[in-house]
Amino acid sequence: MFRILKQSLLTGVVTEPPPATDAGLEQLGIELRRRIDARLGHSLAIRQVDAGSCNGCELEIHALNNAYYDVERFGVHFVASPRHADALLVTGPVSRHMEAALRRTWLATPSPKLVIATGTCACTGGEFGISYASCGAVENVIPVDVKIAGCPPTPTDLLRGLLAALEPERRQSPRVPLRARPLAGSPTESLVRSKGGEPGA
Amino acid sequence: MTGWQTDFLDRLTGEGIAVQDAGSTSLAPARRLALQADDWGTAGRLGAAVGCRHAGVWADPHDDQVVVYACLAQAGDYLVLETAVPLRHPVLASHTPHFPGVDRLERHLQDLVGVALLNHPDSRRWTRHQAWADDCFPLRADCPVRGHSPGRARGDADYPFARIQGSGVYEIPVGPVHAGIIEPGHFRFQAVGEEILRLEQRLGYVHKGIEKIAVGRDPAGLARLAGRVSGDSTVAHTWAACQAMERAAGCAVPPRADCLRALMAERERIANHLGDIGAICNDVGFAFAHVQCARLREQWQRRSRALFGHRLMMDAIVPGGVANDLATGVAGELRADHEALRRAVTPLFAIIGDHPSLDDRLLDTGRLTPEDARALGCTGYVGKASGQAFDVRRDSPYRPYDTLTVEVPVRTEGDVAARVQVRMAEVHASLLLMDQLLTEMPRGPVNVALPMPEVDAVGLGCVEGWRGEIVTFVRLGHGGQVARFFPRDPSWFTWPALERLVLGNIVPDFPVCNKSVNASYAGHDL
Repeated sequence: MFRILKQSLLTGVVTEPPPATDAGLEQLGIELRRRIDARLGHSLAIRQVDAGSCNGCELEIHALNNAYYDVERFGVHFVASPRHADALLVTGPVSRHMEAALRRTWLATPSPKLVIATGTCACTGGEFGISYASCGAVENVIPVDVKIAGCPPTPTDLLRGLLAALEPERRQSPRVPLRARPLAGSPTESLVRSKGGEPGA
Repeated sequence: MTGWQTDFLDRLTGEGIAVQDAGSTSLAPARRLALQADDWGTAGRLGAAVGCRHAGVWADPHDDQVVVYACLAQAGDYLVLETAVPLRHPVLASHTPHFPGVDRLERHLQDLVGVALLNHPDSRRWTRHQAWADDCFPLRADCPVRGHSPGRARGDADYPFARIQGSGVYEIPVGPVHAGIIEPGHFRFQAVGEEILRLEQRLGYVHKGIEKIAVGRDPAGLARLAGRVSGDSTVAHTWAACQAMERAAGCAVPPRADCLRALMAERERIANHLGDIGAICNDVGFAFAHVQCARLREQWQRRSRALFGHRLMMDAIVPGGVANDLATGVAGELRADHEALRRAVTPLFAIIGDHPSLDDRLLDTGRLTPEDARALGCTGYVGKASGQAFDVRRDSPYRPYDTLTVEVPVRTEGDVAARVQVRMAEVHASLLLMDQLLTEMPRGPVNVALPMPEVDAVGLGCVEGWRGEIVTFVRLGHGGQVARFFPRDPSWFTWPALERLVLGNIVPDFPVCNKSVNASYAGHDL
């Protein structure tokens, strides 16, 4: 126990003040906090969904929780279920094997839900594009509100993107009712059918 | 030729099998042996009899035939078996009865290339879910990149999992979308009370067709793709792919570039070990170590960005060398960095190595026996914690490790605690290596142009990534374009190890068992 206390005391608090290289981090965080307070009742609950990423994005999303960025102090936290989430943070080109799972996760998220496409692959398909195994960008499968580019985006890029997600005028796509939205692949199918018609849904 | 290879060849001859020995230059560092398709199964059986490890199997479809390769290894000596089967009737004996570790690699090959493997104990699909039909083989030339089955892919709901029947036995399905910030995959537990009776994994969710979209790329494009096979191993996979292309093209990489590549690979090893050691502690509620390790990892990544332009050092390795040289005069700073990390981790690792609440949860949890590790062919910290003292850097050294002393920590307990111990020792060993690299760093250029290879030149890359041995096969076709790329991540062998090591453990210990292995979903699914 004494060793732990000693180590903690010697380490001190690395979060405050922010490192000189990250002059903008605190400002960014305060702005984020203000938006979250105003729009989401003081907390933004995020469900991260890897829909086919190489896992590089996941490493940087993890970094958001380290003592340097400590994203929870701004009211942002990651939750275990889409049913608890305000926003989906989706990474990767959507592999076709994750297509159904991503749709179901999106359907399980309560409205109004934000979808944040995270990383170059999620924004454009990146190195993988569209193939027999990949649907490419996330917006080919579910509607996307905000895109955060970068391969992978740095934790600061991710914070900036979250800020953008809370700013309605910067959204990439208008929200339309479920049935009216055309989806990649087969525009005739509706999401409702996908929800009810698949075995093991 | 080494002892076991002579023994193996003698046994082949004894069984009346004709082999064509292509020597050890055309697919260095491996010796290359071509044999008849009919003798494939016997060769596998004899390989197991001489005590080889199976380091992977893959197929390369040509116009009217499929060439199948299997890589056997022992004590750092590689042997690649090669045979051809006609495309209209591609049938071959399975090696899985002799080497259980290649089960999924063979099913992957079956799903993507359509070579039927006889006597394979498991007839179920593996990489294929519902996105393409069972008579479509994506890696064949007649299948377009976009495939034949457009439209929405169904979920893979009817995969036939094995079930255990009995009073009080219940099933827990988990995934593909998990609760944490991790990759997708499905786990099916059969449990009684809290005890795990059986775990079956269903992977392939992040299959992105990497092997298919590699075809036709130029070498620089392939290096970028290889860097995204598994993002946490971006340096190791890019290095392995570049090494394979450079060997195929006969390219001599400048010595300074070799040293810089190794410097990055060791930085990657340390970053991942730091993150995982912390995460393992966090999985048993010891948040202190998690916060401390995450802090050190963040500092380390920021330095990587300052030194190599990217926090994960993506795209820093290019065919023929590295993209950028270190800034002048940075060696002194780096040495101070290494010393600072050494000073920071020493007391931290002392606490992690000797803390009652951690001992209580990590000792004897998730034990992989040395026999299982050997049978499955586990490398890296999973193998090293279960008595498999193999490290490519020491046992089949590639430049610059051929002039360095690589310490390989080995334990035999095989539990989560042993895997943590091995990883802590590897952090120290990597710091020593990095100091040696700085001392021996030659001057000179850091990249050369890749010469135009002969058509159908092949190359093998063998690199010790932070997870273990990576073996990458590349064939370059007309104009130096990639004709075949197969990166074999060590996760192919550590995923099945996870299925075995959780048996008899309690369900709540699964996360820490999983984290202690930390196999890559992306690197396995491709």
